[in-house]
Amino acid sequence: MTERKIIIPGEKIVDSGDFLPGEGTEKRDDGIYALRFGLAETLDKLVKVIPLSGVYSPRRGNVVIGKVEEITFNGWIININASRTAFLSLMEVPRYVNKDELDEVMDIGDMAVVKIWGINKRGIDVSLKSRGLGKIEDGIIIEVNPHKVPRIIGKEGSMIKLIKDNTKCDIVVGQNGLIWISGDKVEEELSAKEAILHVAEKCFVSGLTEEMEKYFKGGKK
Amino acid sequence: MDPNTKMKKIQINMQENKHNIKMAEIKRQSGRKADEIRPISAKVGIIPNANGSAMFQSGNTIAIAAVYGPKEHHPRNQRNPAKGTLRCTYNMMSFSVTDRIRPGPNRRSTEISKITEWALEPVVMLEDYPGMVVDVHIHMTQADAGTRCAGINAAAMALAHAGIPMKNMVSSIAAGKLDKTIVLDLDKYEDSEFEDGEGSTDIPITFTNDGKLTHIQVDGHITTEQLKQAMKMAREASKKIYEVQKQALKDSLVGDLK
Repeated sequence: MTERKIIIPGEKIVDSGDFLPGEGTEKRDDGIYALRFGLAETLDKLVKVIPLSGVYSPRRGNVVIGKVEEITFNGWIININASRTAFLSLMEVPRYVNKDELDEVMDIGDMAVVKIWGINKRGIDVSLKSRGLGKIEDGIIIEVNPHKVPRIIGKEGSMIKLIKDNTKCDIVVGQNGLIWISGDKVEEELSAKEAILHVAEKCFVSGLTEEMEKYFKGGKK
Repeated sequence: MDPNTKMKKIQINMQENKHNIKMAEIKRQSGRKADEIRPISAKVGIIPNANGSAMFQSGNTIAIAAVYGPKEHHPRNQRNPAKGTLRCTYNMMSFSVTDRIRPGPNRRSTEISKITEWALEPVVMLEDYPGMVVDVHIHMTQADAGTRCAGINAAAMALAHAGIPMKNMVSSIAAGKLDKTIVLDLDKYEDSEFEDGEGSTDIPITFTNDGKLTHIQVDGHITTEQLKQAMKMAREASKKIYEVQKQALKDSLVGDLK
């Protein structure tokens, strides 16, 4: 069973023993210490800290939503709300693009769903070569705390599926906290937005999926 | 007995006595004991638009700190490709003192910005953020001496709140000397208007949670022995401040958890 407690930097999480220091922790002489502020979690013998505040830290494989900031000669620079901007190369677009007409595919200010495929010293590389990725043409985009995204998605997508079914909207949740909602009617989009913000606010209530079921039932009456 | 010797003895007695009385009767204008700090309070998460923020109050001194970043470092020529940079800005609001102060950076605030950077740098771990910068903005909304200490305390909490990896928390406190007595946490009157005997000395000190030093300044005259005593007292007081910082950080999440 996992045990969670709030921890601040420099605080001891567990006494030394067979524990292994995971992300956001450090092993010192007499135990494992936290390096970040957040929730300390012990899974088997692995101790790690889950941060709950701060800038989104990109990971390989994450699907994120970003805004085109600049067009270069061989791609686009995209702001994904991380500490660095991401680069979308021309090669990572699944169709032929004329080098002189990059702005016809995506212009400055356009939003797109992209996937992170590499992070290195030079920067973050993103791609459009996967299902569900591409430029956003319609709908609305809302922003939430990126650390609450796992709760909005729910266990195996249960929460987001519930919201999708109840509002008849198509929802894409970027790991960076940007959420794209697109539905047939604006009212549906707005009700989806409200539901998501409601989840984000109550994000640590246990049994949240059940509560959201009630929320939707109550709203329709 | 030789009258001269007798005279001398009396004089010495008087001197000793005078000294003793002084030690016992040192009274602080605020009514605090020598090792008593002002009432402190702290709050985390006061600025929604910042990545991390905190307020620290010590008596009538209030500091607010906001952390932005890690983000790309501009101007580019100041970038450090090996590790991230910590950039602190200390500022006193024009209304923070009784006489309005001219807004904007000045010689004093530039110096304190740098001091704050040096006090925090040993604990922040920016190795994972090459070419990036973490901006820390510290504003004093009320000033009653001890502003750099309050600023450092607020900045430490704001950095933790922003999710910046840190080896430890830091807590800052000013020790000082009023005439011959070592006291803690000087206020405005003691810092700049106290002129009895030797006058006052201000010694801001910053400790990590495990008692190591990251910053010390000495402004005025003090002997080695007295400095040792001052540091001992300050170290004890820094533990109290650490507890307040810790509680404030934890309280900022309780709302989320319940």
